[in-house]
Amino acid sequence: MKKQVRYAIAAALVAATSIAITPAQAEIRIGAIFSVTGPAAFLGEPERRTVELYVDRINTAGGVNGEKIKLIAYDDGADANKARLLAQRLIDDDKVVAIIGSTLTGPSLAIGSVASEAKIPVMALGGGVPIAEPVKPWVFKVGHTDRMICQKIFGELQARKLTKIGLVAGTDAFGNSMRNECLKQAKTHDITIVVDERHGPQDSDITPQLTNVRSAAGLQAVVHTGFGETATIFARNYRQLGITVPLYESAGVAAPNYIKLTGAAAEGVRLPAPAVLVYDQLAKDDSQYKVVTDYAKAYQAKYNEPASQFGGFAYDALHMLVMTYQKNKTTDPAKTRETLEAIGPYVGVTGTFNFSAKDHLGLDLSSFRMVEVSGGSFRLKN
Amino acid sequence: MAEFLQFVFSGLTVGAIYALVALGFTLIYNASRVVNFAQGEFVMIGGVATAVLHTAGLPLLVAAAGAVAIAGLAGFLLHQFAIKPARDASIAALIIITMGASLLLRGLTQLVVDKQIHSIPAFSGEATIEVLGATLQPQTLWVIGGSIVVLAMLQFLLNRTLVGQALQAVAANPLAARLVGIKVSAMLALAFVISAVIGGVGGVLVTPITLTRYDVGTVLALKGFSAAMVGGMGSPLGAVIGGLFVGLLESFGAGYVSSTYKDAVAVIAMLVVLMVAPRGLIGHRSAERV
Repeated sequence: MKKQVRYAIAAALVAATSIAITPAQAEIRIGAIFSVTGPAAFLGEPERRTVELYVDRINTAGGVNGEKIKLIAYDDGADANKARLLAQRLIDDDKVVAIIGSTLTGPSLAIGSVASEAKIPVMALGGGVPIAEPVKPWVFKVGHTDRMICQKIFGELQARKLTKIGLVAGTDAFGNSMRNECLKQAKTHDITIVVDERHGPQDSDITPQLTNVRSAAGLQAVVHTGFGETATIFARNYRQLGITVPLYESAGVAAPNYIKLTGAAAEGVRLPAPAVLVYDQLAKDDSQYKVVTDYAKAYQAKYNEPASQFGGFAYDALHMLVMTYQKNKTTDPAKTRETLEAIGPYVGVTGTFNFSAKDHLGLDLSSFRMVEVSGGSFRLKN
Repeated sequence: MAEFLQFVFSGLTVGAIYALVALGFTLIYNASRVVNFAQGEFVMIGGVATAVLHTAGLPLLVAAAGAVAIAGLAGFLLHQFAIKPARDASIAALIIITMGASLLLRGLTQLVVDKQIHSIPAFSGEATIEVLGATLQPQTLWVIGGSIVVLAMLQFLLNRTLVGQALQAVAANPLAARLVGIKVSAMLALAFVISAVIGGVGGVLVTPITLTRYDVGTVLALKGFSAAMVGGMGSPLGAVIGGLFVGLLESFGAGYVSSTYKDAVAVIAMLVVLMVAPRGLIGHRSAERV
């Protein structure tokens, strides 16, 4: 008799657990890791907010193939080791079918290696070229690279016949990486770097370096790997020394706060910027017009701050995954990977993606727009 | 010549900023031999709070006064809740407490304000001053002037007033100080408040040049600490001379040697100075006062 009771309880428990599990299978579990705290917080925050906003919208509209998306988002604090552990947890415990993240290059690489072993597709948002070169079958890079910044700037310099330039780079990770890419790209673009200077990521005065730049013979333009407060200090020192040749900044300053902080010294600065920065100036027949405008307005309405390119990366990562799930009618990771490699052209907030088996970067230079700071705002040049 | 002068101007700009931060270390050090690693956060609070209050619509002067008061309050609370309860701990332990306090202040600012970069307008406009082909931002003169005023006030306080003598007595021998009727705890609290106020004033003066953010304190404290060490820890005059010395070294390193190794040039020169004169350029010659 006692035994029967025990069996009954056991059977009831089994039944209860299977009931609890069943609804969980009718959802699409997508993992996300962003650097919401730490030094990259201002990039990671809009990424997380964007994904949350659009997962909500998709679910409210009925989900994907009748299934709701369940977002499991973690914060790696810009730490690659933490990102690795979180990726392991997403795969082992949370049983996700894909991972979006992380914000920076180091954590993105860490997530990529863990997910590759488990054969789970990763949509990485970090900026560094090594994320997608050489190609790793399970890792797709969503977003611009510093190489593209150099190519875009040098393309315009060639067109304006300004071939003798000064290069000033920060000694931070982004400055180093962009400087290396620019040095490589200079050769193929017939650009001569007549002066090559560096500054610390938290320097409060850059006039000694700029004095050397100013006195370089034949100087026709200056390219700076601007990022954070040193970009503002750089522009002010540039004007202070009365340097008049055109100044090109990196896409790292493509945010309204740069103009607000820099003031009059920012006038005339040119930079390659994502479409979302100038969404209100895009032509109506621009292929990105609709998606960029919709995103910029939705983000502004929900969070009361302007949308950024970084949020745009996250938007595209999520929507490309959703697109493959709709196409495949399944979330099987291997199928997702195959479909992603043939996704092109996907027109997103960042640009038009054309992934292939040989190219997990998928973006071309048309995703960058050259803008100039004029009258206190960013104006589209081409 | 114009180049040389430009390097000097740059060195003075950066050096005056370091000097102003270094001055904040002197009083707490004089009263307790503790190097306060939250000093950079006082500078940050001065800048961030001014920017926030100014953006909220207050006139710059009122915003700055409010920010300095907030910094002073932070200094008082730091003493009451972190230093005073641990007053019997060793100096090393107290220094570690100040490091923890700096983390706390940074985190609080991140939560209460935000993680964005802030700025405040320069006091005398942005039009640069030109001297013999070299240029200078007018704000630099405010920073240099601020350092000199703070220096003069500190010298007066430490050497010419009873309170200053009492502060030094507390550091030399707390027990003896108590026996002659000095309230040790009150003196220490005063040292923390004045240091925080100096940090806050520094933050207000340098922010138009450096901009500010919740995490700028670390680098400022590190540079100010090097300046204070080179000049002679505890000496207000040493703080100013050390600050200008480090600033000029960095500037000449970047201008004449290599901007890639600018910081290395400065650090090596500082090591040499400390090897030749371990107590700094203006260090106390006698180790113990009897």
